[in-house]
Amino acid sequence: MVHINDYIPIVGQSTIDDLKLLAERLKGKVIQHVNSTSVGGGVAEILNRMVPLLGELGVDSRWDLIKGGSQFFDVTKKFHNALHGRPEDITDHDLEIFMETTETNLGLMNTYGDVVFIHDPQPIGLIKKKAGNKWLWRCHIDVSHPHKKVWDFLMSFIPNYDAAVFSSPIFSQRLPIRQYLISPSIDPLSDKNKELPQEVIDAALAKYNIVKDKPIITQISRFDRLKDPSGVIDAYLQVKRYIDCQLILAGGTATDDPEGIQVLAEVQEKAKKDKDIHVLLLPQDDILINALQRASDVIVQKSLKEGFGLTVAEALWKAKPIVASHVGGISLQVKHKFSGLMCHSIEGAAFAIKQLLNNPEYAKKLGENGRQHIKNNFLLTRHLKEYMLLFLSLYHPEDIVYL
Amino acid sequence: MTEPIKAKEPFRFYTRWHLSELLGIKASNLEQLLEHIKGVPGSCIYHHTHRFLQQHQYLSPEPPNDFAYWVREVLGDDELGERLASIDTIQYKTIRSLREKIVETIEKYLKHNPKANLRFAGEDEQFHFIKSVSFIAPTNEAATDLREFAEALRKVTIDSIYFHIFEAHLRLEKGTNDFSNWLDTSLQEKALAEKIAKLDPYTYTLDGLRKTILKIVEKRLAA
Repeated sequence: MVHINDYIPIVGQSTIDDLKLLAERLKGKVIQHVNSTSVGGGVAEILNRMVPLLGELGVDSRWDLIKGGSQFFDVTKKFHNALHGRPEDITDHDLEIFMETTETNLGLMNTYGDVVFIHDPQPIGLIKKKAGNKWLWRCHIDVSHPHKKVWDFLMSFIPNYDAAVFSSPIFSQRLPIRQYLISPSIDPLSDKNKELPQEVIDAALAKYNIVKDKPIITQISRFDRLKDPSGVIDAYLQVKRYIDCQLILAGGTATDDPEGIQVLAEVQEKAKKDKDIHVLLLPQDDILINALQRASDVIVQKSLKEGFGLTVAEALWKAKPIVASHVGGISLQVKHKFSGLMCHSIEGAAFAIKQLLNNPEYAKKLGENGRQHIKNNFLLTRHLKEYMLLFLSLYHPEDIVYL
Repeated sequence: MTEPIKAKEPFRFYTRWHLSELLGIKASNLEQLLEHIKGVPGSCIYHHTHRFLQQHQYLSPEPPNDFAYWVREVLGDDELGERLASIDTIQYKTIRSLREKIVETIEKYLKHNPKANLRFAGEDEQFHFIKSVSFIAPTNEAATDLREFAEALRKVTIDSIYFHIFEAHLRLEKGTNDFSNWLDTSLQEKALAEKIAKLDPYTYTLDGLRKTILKIVEKRLAA
């Protein structure tokens, strides 16, 4: 088990002392996180580490899950896609299914927290239970161009919250409540990000019969259309005309994502003509993901939409050169030509990958800058600090707060 | 080397953290940018003129404010970008006067270059207005003489340095920084106080600033 003091060698003693100072101000408050899944996806990953660390700092932090059947998760997946701007046919029946499950959860869940922290749209309707406590809605999704019907539906709940939290300024909307900008983070000590010995990296490649006899381009993502795995294959094929290389498309599926298996099948079909494309459906094995990222020469994140894109921060933390789409929170992590290369199209991605493969010194420099940027801005310790400030802000409406 | 003078009042190191609050206001061209700069809260002007100091420490001293960066990188207007970037933030004792200077710079430019307003940002590259909510708290570090001051300066976070230099100087509308103020009034270190007050903190990284102040203090201690 990782302890808060284990972060001192990475971020320094004074940063950890600050977290302790802040935690003292939250003594006696209970923070209750609520979301829909305990495994898979960035939200569960962050909460798995954050809840125990907040506890260790002295902030009573707990985590509860709502319940939902496959119909409910089919609807919330449609919501997710629609909020990301994808055309979806959202019917009144979908809204009814959502409300039925919400009603069930309203009956089942005890919202005991002094601060109830609701993550994403699935549990948003629990706000109906709001009593004298404070409620936060954390939106992890890119809602810069949301589907109107879904957004209007969510807006029947959002104004009842005390505040909302978004991952990027471009997701902000005009809301009648306060809204904060808090980027997610990565944990430098997690299995996904810690340093690995070379033999672990080699073993990961061997496990999937990948021989490192040519450069490796990798995208680590759930099999999801919004991550554009098909577009990554197209970009790779354009690079392959000039540079002999191989592609790894690797990811798992989240329990709240029923569409994943279908997307995986489509990608496998498209990839089968080229033996240098490795499509890997990974088990929940963070060391394996870590090893694949570290084995790669270039990491790609060619998402069409992205809430934040934690895989970008993971790659940069490993000082890997990255090619990523200019969407969602990715633009906060990558400064074009400084800490990576940004793209807007398949052709742009292909050109950037070629640039990096043909100029390893340049690629190395971008990776090093990227690691520094992540260290300064996107590690878990910064996230812990901002969440504690967020909780405190609920009790202090002013712009300058003296604690 | 003589024993350092003890201060009557110890210097208590404070720290300051900030939370970014989204205002839901955005601009696509210069006219909109100008209009909103005039109307947003002071904590918003503060955010956009000071954010880079903390987020892009390794880039310093390149982008001094968000307005300059957006005008240059997104609207592609190099000339106005340069004018906004070269506003000498340290000269302005209040957010109000800094805001006035930014407004005047854009207005003047638009008057002579009315076509500049025809440049529009793409939908995903609009300027989003954000304000800073500041939280200020005492740390466990305090100093009663110059040696203790140097010791604490080595230990505190860059957030604390930031608070005593930038926050004190501009946002809280104090004319000087807290370090110089204490060194002068409590330790009678007038020359030392002046040396630190003379630094242009906007041209250092926060860690670079810490090192520079430490070097000045250590030199005085060794004298």
